[in-house]
Amino acid sequence: MESPGDRKYTKTHEWVALEGDVATIGVTDFAQSELGDITYLELPDVGDTISLDQAFGIIESVKAANDIFSPVDGDVVERNEDVVSAPEMINASPYSDAWLVRIRVADPKQLDALLSAEEYAELAKSSAH
Amino acid sequence: MAERPEDACGGREDDLNMKDKDAESGEMELRETALRSRHAELGARLIPFAGWLMPVQYSGVIDEHRTVRSAAGLFDLGHMGQVRVTGPDALPYLQLITTNDVSALSPGDAQYSLLPNEQGGVIDDIIVYRLADEPGYLVVVNAANHAKDVSWMQQQRSTRPELQVDVDDVSESLGMIAIQGPTAAAIVAELTETDLSGLEPFHCLRATVADLPVIVARTGYTGEDGFEFYVPQEQTVALWDALFAAGASRGLKPIGLGARDTLRLEARMPLYGNELADDISPIEAGLGWAVKLDKGSFIGREAIAAVKESGPLRRTVGFQLLERAGSARHGYPVKLDGRDVGVVTSGAHSPTLGSEIGLALVDADVAGVGRPLEIVIRGRPVKAEQVKLPFYRRARD
Repeated sequence: MESPGDRKYTKTHEWVALEGDVATIGVTDFAQSELGDITYLELPDVGDTISLDQAFGIIESVKAANDIFSPVDGDVVERNEDVVSAPEMINASPYSDAWLVRIRVADPKQLDALLSAEEYAELAKSSAH
Repeated sequence: MAERPEDACGGREDDLNMKDKDAESGEMELRETALRSRHAELGARLIPFAGWLMPVQYSGVIDEHRTVRSAAGLFDLGHMGQVRVTGPDALPYLQLITTNDVSALSPGDAQYSLLPNEQGGVIDDIIVYRLADEPGYLVVVNAANHAKDVSWMQQQRSTRPELQVDVDDVSESLGMIAIQGPTAAAIVAELTETDLSGLEPFHCLRATVADLPVIVARTGYTGEDGFEFYVPQEQTVALWDALFAAGASRGLKPIGLGARDTLRLEARMPLYGNELADDISPIEAGLGWAVKLDKGSFIGREAIAAVKESGPLRRTVGFQLLERAGSARHGYPVKLDGRDVGVVTSGAHSPTLGSEIGLALVDADVAGVGRPLEIVIRGRPVKAEQVKLPFYRRARD
């Protein structure tokens, strides 16, 4: 699955899409492929504050549990309850239906520091087994 | 996203962790089975396991698991070890070094058994086969313990020069493939003239399958019906290809080590390094049924008898998590009312049950079906209850 060009990426395999001052965060196709079958998801509550580079959630697969890191500072305004109930959606639709949280970002410019789709594709290629 | 090492598969030397071993594998000389090229063609994800490069998954662990429960799966078991034990004293020798009663084997029988140490712990779990129409026995051992077991077996022979027995590691000359699942028998029937419907569980025979000479055993590590085949090494690929082709219309898929582990856990089959170790008694592991104290003297007999007599201090129990908090995993602490009572030996998401299950070695006084436990996951005690074992039992006709 190609990394969509309409969003930014982190070195730790999250993606971020900004609309106004609300950032939608998910994990990449490379991430779900490396993880294997995803069985469990923990997300922060609406109203929680999360910080740049902080672990804000857990994604667990048959293989291992992983921390999810925040690419921005902000407050959680929405969480995807469908995915919490059916974490396997992340394997199927990591870039669309299986978004994880929406964050009201304090400073949208934080996204400038992140990777473009091309830069992320390079990273993923060199990390692949 | 970053993996939490303490929340990853295994955590022991031969674990199923897919990630960091790749960095090390350049230093390790990994052995490859005869089916290496087939795995590559099938898009397998390969990992180091017990010194071998093995498929951990193909289509995905959960899909493969469900396939074995509903159709059939094909397993490359070329990493396992096989030892021929022959000679006039093969039986007394094997009686000495195993816990089960080898004299109960008629020609064509197989039995699950343990190699005990002097302290009454376990060196490995094994299957002992007595082939029909030929003398001697075939002992099949775990890949992770192959070198250790062969060394031990040779040592037990050489320190008893009065025993006329030959112990030969024949692993290099034998390939091993398993087919497991409700459609396995129908698939195999298409490839042989031999009527295998009469081959009972834990029995074996020689047959021609796909025009190849094989030993067929009705044994397995999944809780499903199925067969394990021993074939001359150079015929392994041919047998795999034949089974694969015959199984195509019956839903047969290749199965990796990931699903192999979740399948055996649901069927409450122990894994050496988890439920079995040199400091775990067979009685504590719940495998007293594989110990025949009355058969006569054997290594570790007195120690095992003492544990049975006084009652084990620890017991292996099955549990299911009652809260959604992720999976229990090997090594996670087990508590009850704030007290440490044991450790998780194996844990995983159960695709068949749709819940989180596991086995734990706990203080005998807290053990009991229906009683509570707390499994510590990422620092938090998670409510669990002890459940009847096995977690899954296949429907019998």
